[in-house]
Amino acid sequence: MEKDTLLAVRGLTIQYETDSGVVHAVNGLDMELRHGETLGLVGETGAGKTTAALGIMRLLPEPPAKIQSGEILFKGEDVLKKSDAELRSMRGKKVAMIFQDPMTSLNPVLTVGEQIAEVIQLHERKSAAEAHVKAQEMLRLVGIPPERFSEYPHQFSGGMKQRVVIAIALACDPELLIADEPTTALDMTIQAQVLELMRSLRKELNTSMILITHDLGVVAEMCDRVAIVYAGEIVEQGTAHDVFNDTKHPYTMGLFGALPDLEGSEERLHPIPGLMPDPTHLPEGCRFSPRCPKRTDACVQTLPKNVETVPGHSVRCLLYEHGMQG
Amino acid sequence: MRKGNGEKRKDGLWTDAAKRFRKNKLAMAGLVMLAILILCALFANYIAPFHYDEQNLPAAFESPSLRHLMGTDNLGRDIFSRIIYGTRTSLSIALVAVLVATLAGGLMGAVAAFYGGVLDNVIMRFLDVFLAIPSTLLAIAIAAVLGPGVTNTVLAITIGQLPGLARIVRATVLSIKGEEYIRAARSIGAGNMRIIGLHILPNAMAPIIVQATLYVASAILSISSLSFIGLGIQPPTPEWGSMLSAGRAYIRDYWFIVAFPGLAIMATIFAFNLIGDGLRDALDPRLKN
Repeated sequence: MEKDTLLAVRGLTIQYETDSGVVHAVNGLDMELRHGETLGLVGETGAGKTTAALGIMRLLPEPPAKIQSGEILFKGEDVLKKSDAELRSMRGKKVAMIFQDPMTSLNPVLTVGEQIAEVIQLHERKSAAEAHVKAQEMLRLVGIPPERFSEYPHQFSGGMKQRVVIAIALACDPELLIADEPTTALDMTIQAQVLELMRSLRKELNTSMILITHDLGVVAEMCDRVAIVYAGEIVEQGTAHDVFNDTKHPYTMGLFGALPDLEGSEERLHPIPGLMPDPTHLPEGCRFSPRCPKRTDACVQTLPKNVETVPGHSVRCLLYEHGMQG
Repeated sequence: MRKGNGEKRKDGLWTDAAKRFRKNKLAMAGLVMLAILILCALFANYIAPFHYDEQNLPAAFESPSLRHLMGTDNLGRDIFSRIIYGTRTSLSIALVAVLVATLAGGLMGAVAAFYGGVLDNVIMRFLDVFLAIPSTLLAIAIAAVLGPGVTNTVLAITIGQLPGLARIVRATVLSIKGEEYIRAARSIGAGNMRIIGLHILPNAMAPIIVQATLYVASAILSISSLSFIGLGIQPPTPEWGSMLSAGRAYIRDYWFIVAFPGLAIMATIFAFNLIGDGLRDALDPRLKN
């Protein structure tokens, strides 16, 4: 493992064991995150992005969820081997998470200030008064007047609540921030503000980030590297520049094709035909083959391996195996 | 705008609820009735003109008058005084029974919901056995086995109400456990005890308080029922149900012997139901704003 690697996920496989069958949510996921870097995890709804993120935090409800195999190395230590107490001291202090919906991720009966102070008191030896002061500082940092410390979540708008959630996540200066679609529940103008806030704070605190989203626009704006997730595995991974300008995987191409283009004269968008495969019955061979416009007979039988086309840009598609590009 | 914000600042969930409760005239009426009942219970020896077992046989079966506001019974005891003292019996037994049932049932329900799995099944199936028997019948059976008396009445009513309260707490905790903010609390490193105490229980209080209030009403009815059939509070301790029972032989000629204890039971239950309904309206988040 390289020296400046903060997080390395190897062959992570997570399943949900339900009465109606085994849901293969994450299938052999590999990814790596360096210090100070932002990785965009992009994919459709149900691709397993959130499951993977919760798996890294060990926040999955087990059972029904089960981490079958793989390792999650955070600063060289396997998260999967940590005890409950070690996990508790990791969560919030070293790895923090921002959830999708700020409307439901704050406790309605505690003031926002108390909720920020809670994480500070959990991880830092501070008195209630000191935590109070630090919480007010955090409020100021995310652009909320500190006087609103003793207000309740229902007195805040959605965008303001997400700022509070960000304040909670960053209060203990974590090394890794996992943001699970942090702006999906917000409207467009607020989205831009919240993203801008996250970007500037991240830079200021030098926090590494995994940004989960299905919005390629957000990725272009925020991320250094991108990983495209399909049916629980990463099909293409590389720098944002490479993935956007030298797109390799047919699925990634399909995602770009489904975006509206301001300059183009196309009258219709080009959605990818079909739906995500049912995670209880994944197709044999390449998971994307049933929907792939470039499918060959081999695709239906062989699960493609990860191929690095240029250093740092890898793709999981038979088209690029054996060095036969294009 | 600024002033509006300043005013809003202090409003917590409970302050908001208290405001809504105060606006509800029926609920406030219930609260006033309850206040009167509690005062009667606390200061019965000052309010009641006679002692509850002070007999005056020549003055038996006297109709309501200024001297005996609600008349006298077959032994010449002042019915008004007995009803005042009866408040003490009914309220204290009902409150203690519901409090114990809420704490014990709540603990069982919360543990079952939070830990789930086998533990949940064991606890809830055990309680289901009790739930299968109508609570009054269960209370009668328990009182019949243990014998009459204050302690046994409390026990009978507690056991009768515990399963229902446990189910309510379990359902509430179960729904709160799935909330995103519980996962968020976990994500900042909070442990189980902290999550139960700081995040789940405060959010579960509202429905539990509403149900407990309504259960007090049914507890009062159960006490009276038990005493009516002679299994609850024993004479001479004044109890509305046993007063009804003792007076029912004379109902044709002396209506007031049964009418006033009956009214007392009705008014008390009515007060608790009004308060319970008012609390539900005040605390229901769907009716907010």
